[in-house]
Amino acid sequence: MAFYVAQFLTGLASAASLFLVASGLSIIFGVTRIVNFAHGAFYMLGAYVAFTLTEYFSGAFGFWGGIVAAALAVATLGVLVEIVLLRRIYHAPELFQLLATFGLTLMVEDLVVLIWGPSDLLGRRAPGFKGAVDFFGQSLPSYDLFLIVLGPAVLGILWLLFQRTRWGVLVRAATQDRDMVAALGVNQKWLFTSVFAVGVFLAALGGALQIPRDAVNHAMDLRIIVDVFVVVVIGGLGSIFGAFVAAVLVSELNAFGILIFPKISIILVFLVMAVVLIVRPWGLFGKREAPARRTPGLTVNPWRPLTSAERLAVCIALLAAAALPVIGGNYAVTVGSEIAIFVIFAISLHFLMAVGGLASFGHAAYFGLGAYGVAFLAKMAGLPMIACLLLGPLLGCLGAAVFGFFAVQLSGVYFAMLTLAFAQIVWSVAFQWVEVTGGDNGILGVWPERWASSPSHFYWLSLGIAALAAAGLRILVFSPFGFALRAMRDSPLRSEAVGINGKRVQWTAFVISGTVAGVAGALFAYLKGSVFPDNLGIPLSVDALVMVLLGGVETVSGGIVGAIVYKALNIWLVSQTDLSKLVLGGFIVLIVVAFPKGIVGTLEMIRHRHGGGSSEASSETRLMGSRIETAE
Amino acid sequence: MRRSNYFLGAGLAVVLAGMATSAMAQAEIKIGEINSYSLLPAFTEPYRKGWQLAVEEINAAGGINGKKLVVISKDDGGKPADAQTAANELVSSENVAMLAGTFLSNIGLAVSDFANQKKVFFLAAEPLTDAITWSKGNRYTFRLRPSNYMQAAMLVEEAAKLPAKRWATIAPNYEYGQSAVAVFKKLMSEKRPDIQWVDEQWPPQGKIDAGPVVQAVAAANPEAILNVTFGADLVKLVREGNTRGLFKDRAVVSFLTGEPEYLDPLKDETPEGWIVTGYPWYSIKTPEHDAFLKAYQAKYNDYPRLGSIVGYQTIKSAAAILAKAGSTDPDKLIAAAEGLKVPSPFGDITFRKIDHQSTLGAFVGKTALKDGKGVMVDSVYRSGADYLPGDAEVEKMRPKE
Repeated sequence: MAFYVAQFLTGLASAASLFLVASGLSIIFGVTRIVNFAHGAFYMLGAYVAFTLTEYFSGAFGFWGGIVAAALAVATLGVLVEIVLLRRIYHAPELFQLLATFGLTLMVEDLVVLIWGPSDLLGRRAPGFKGAVDFFGQSLPSYDLFLIVLGPAVLGILWLLFQRTRWGVLVRAATQDRDMVAALGVNQKWLFTSVFAVGVFLAALGGALQIPRDAVNHAMDLRIIVDVFVVVVIGGLGSIFGAFVAAVLVSELNAFGILIFPKISIILVFLVMAVVLIVRPWGLFGKREAPARRTPGLTVNPWRPLTSAERLAVCIALLAAAALPVIGGNYAVTVGSEIAIFVIFAISLHFLMAVGGLASFGHAAYFGLGAYGVAFLAKMAGLPMIACLLLGPLLGCLGAAVFGFFAVQLSGVYFAMLTLAFAQIVWSVAFQWVEVTGGDNGILGVWPERWASSPSHFYWLSLGIAALAAAGLRILVFSPFGFALRAMRDSPLRSEAVGINGKRVQWTAFVISGTVAGVAGALFAYLKGSVFPDNLGIPLSVDALVMVLLGGVETVSGGIVGAIVYKALNIWLVSQTDLSKLVLGGFIVLIVVAFPKGIVGTLEMIRHRHGGGSSEASSETRLMGSRIETAE
Repeated sequence: MRRSNYFLGAGLAVVLAGMATSAMAQAEIKIGEINSYSLLPAFTEPYRKGWQLAVEEINAAGGINGKKLVVISKDDGGKPADAQTAANELVSSENVAMLAGTFLSNIGLAVSDFANQKKVFFLAAEPLTDAITWSKGNRYTFRLRPSNYMQAAMLVEEAAKLPAKRWATIAPNYEYGQSAVAVFKKLMSEKRPDIQWVDEQWPPQGKIDAGPVVQAVAAANPEAILNVTFGADLVKLVREGNTRGLFKDRAVVSFLTGEPEYLDPLKDETPEGWIVTGYPWYSIKTPEHDAFLKAYQAKYNDYPRLGSIVGYQTIKSAAAILAKAGSTDPDKLIAAAEGLKVPSPFGDITFRKIDHQSTLGAFVGKTALKDGKGVMVDSVYRSGADYLPGDAEVEKMRPKE
């Protein structure tokens, strides 16, 4: 019995660490709507700075003072980031800020190694909390007890802050309806900055408090960021109390889960999230999101099919691309194949995000399923390559059909997080089911047949399929189905009123998108000759998201450009420098500032502004847009 | 109009990237090296220093048959797919004579499969998985470091002498951890049929929630524990274990913990008396190692880690293979490497003909605390040759060509 109580208390201590970081994320998201990917980076910086300060200042005062000072220092840095970077892009399309914070995260990962060195650092133990307390024969670290008290204490302080101060009232009001708060004359700028500062402070504090029990290292951010997102979503966005309950739930399930299933930790949080979101679409304590006022369809330039001159230009561009094997060597051509495959992958997600208004955070699942589909067919069934390429993506299609059915019941970030959960579940199956999938050692020897094995043949194959996929998806965009999908994106209520079966349309779009991603995965398996669980992993999903956002989510085909730029740059930088993350991150941050609507989106806007005749038309649509806004 | 520019631009960028490095001198032999520099700097930084020292020494001694040795190094970011892109660049546009390096097992396997497909010689430096020389072995791939099986066999030799009968295991939940535990259990149970395995914990690699894991192992009340975690996970496990008294009066056997990369971060929290494999650079007194140590410290003003040895020996072995083959033809390289004996800081090693595994060994000893730092004591070098299964068994495991 004593053991179970001890295990419960240990779980509570883990929950407290998780809650500190999650609460900051929840506050930031609630008010600013920024999906702050850099939250983990701030957590890690908190730990590194605290390590340096506590090594320098000894004694109890030095230690606790160092912890708080570290959190304050990192919060100051957060304020800087908010003022210099994020303020510029609050009006960018939804999720675009994610790109900026992703760039920052990349930079921080390299910077900490440059500043603090590559080794894991062992921080001091907390003065006064070094030992353990005996609890009926079970030892409980006194630092754990400290954390168990700290968690609810922070929750209490935050509650007081939100309920009893004017600032708290404003924050709550902004969480509910920020446009209304702005209309009432509140200076949003400083409200956002202060909220960001508090959020970052909590993240850094969470990191700093880990130094007595963790090793400070450059991978800390990735270890925590996904977990805290999950905790925030399970709890319900913007609900601090929800985040607390979710942290306790996840930690306790893990503490007791490992007693029965020692391998459960790897997937537990995602299982919990999937179940919670299917049962409660807005998390445990979240409320239904108010319908967004600024719908994406009204802010973009109206979409139109290509003119015949433009079609010709695209064909010429395609021919030019097809001439790459004439001028480039084998390596350039293979990189070309890889880029073509990622174009397919990016446009599949772009279709879902831009046309469907559904941002998937787990799109790699269908890419990877396509790849595994090919690997199974080629290695186990021994089918020829053509058959594998045709049938392999069906696994992606099947996955998209099953998961999409549940996912499209939700919307916004909840949709995104449910797709992430499904992707992680698929990933963990591939990772754990060693007998079938080979586990993390993957499936080797999936090489193309002779007719496609030369780099140039494979390149033409990939390029051809990419062109077909891009053309097919464009035709879909301007088909009745595409219009129905756009209607659902812009106004679910109205489109259902005119008789569109919205969920079915979205589900169909999800399946189409998943299948196209599966095609990309199938080609990728042959390009690399092997399949690994990486092909289903979060980093790949994030890559796809970055490509789409980089191209411009409000465009018809921005994903193509985003994929080419990002992938070419990534491959080139990784090959040229060991600090590729620092350079790539810096580049992304620059692009975010220079092209706040994505590369293609911003270029189109500039063209629109300068094209004399069309400017009138666009101002008219803008006017119409504002009228509709008021009507809503 | 718009899209034509993008395609042209992208095409140009790719072409330029390809051409930037195409001008080459003839009097060079190039080795293409790949490792997870950005993902695992704690191990790969000393590793890089190691191979750089080797390149310097080789060229100072006149190069390979009079040709200058050049190592072109690429980062794989910890992803198998990126490692293949890098391998392809090295082979296709740099025209390297052979590939070398890699740390993670899955990346080692991906590159080894690439080497087999493209018929390129590959010397795997770090990956520990048994598959790379056995179940998924191929004729183009050789491996330097003692494999999972070999390290397990070395540890089992000591562990079997312990009186403990109730054992628990803690290992990271991926192929390395899984196969380390599987081999250890198999070899251990052969020597000691009286042993009971009372608990196993599988925290995710890099994400151990150490408190509950330690508590769960303690609840099973084992007499001895096998640990396979390393890096940050090990630090957390040791800290929680020390605070909660998990290691008190219990024997612990632990993979890799004696390597400076993993032992040094533990500082004054180093648990005493663990039976570990590792690299006690401070207590090895052989002329070969002295020479290496002196050269390393003179060049870097730092002490070597195990990664330094691996990096150094990878390039030294590669150079020996290239020198003996007198050619960069892969078949001649394979013929030269099979059965080749090479000097190393740990004494002579041989690349076995039967499975392309080198006989580089490891030090087995016990952890201890000295002046607030972790060290390995009572350490003995175990040659890899003594801890491999019989030839018949190996032949059964390797795929027929």
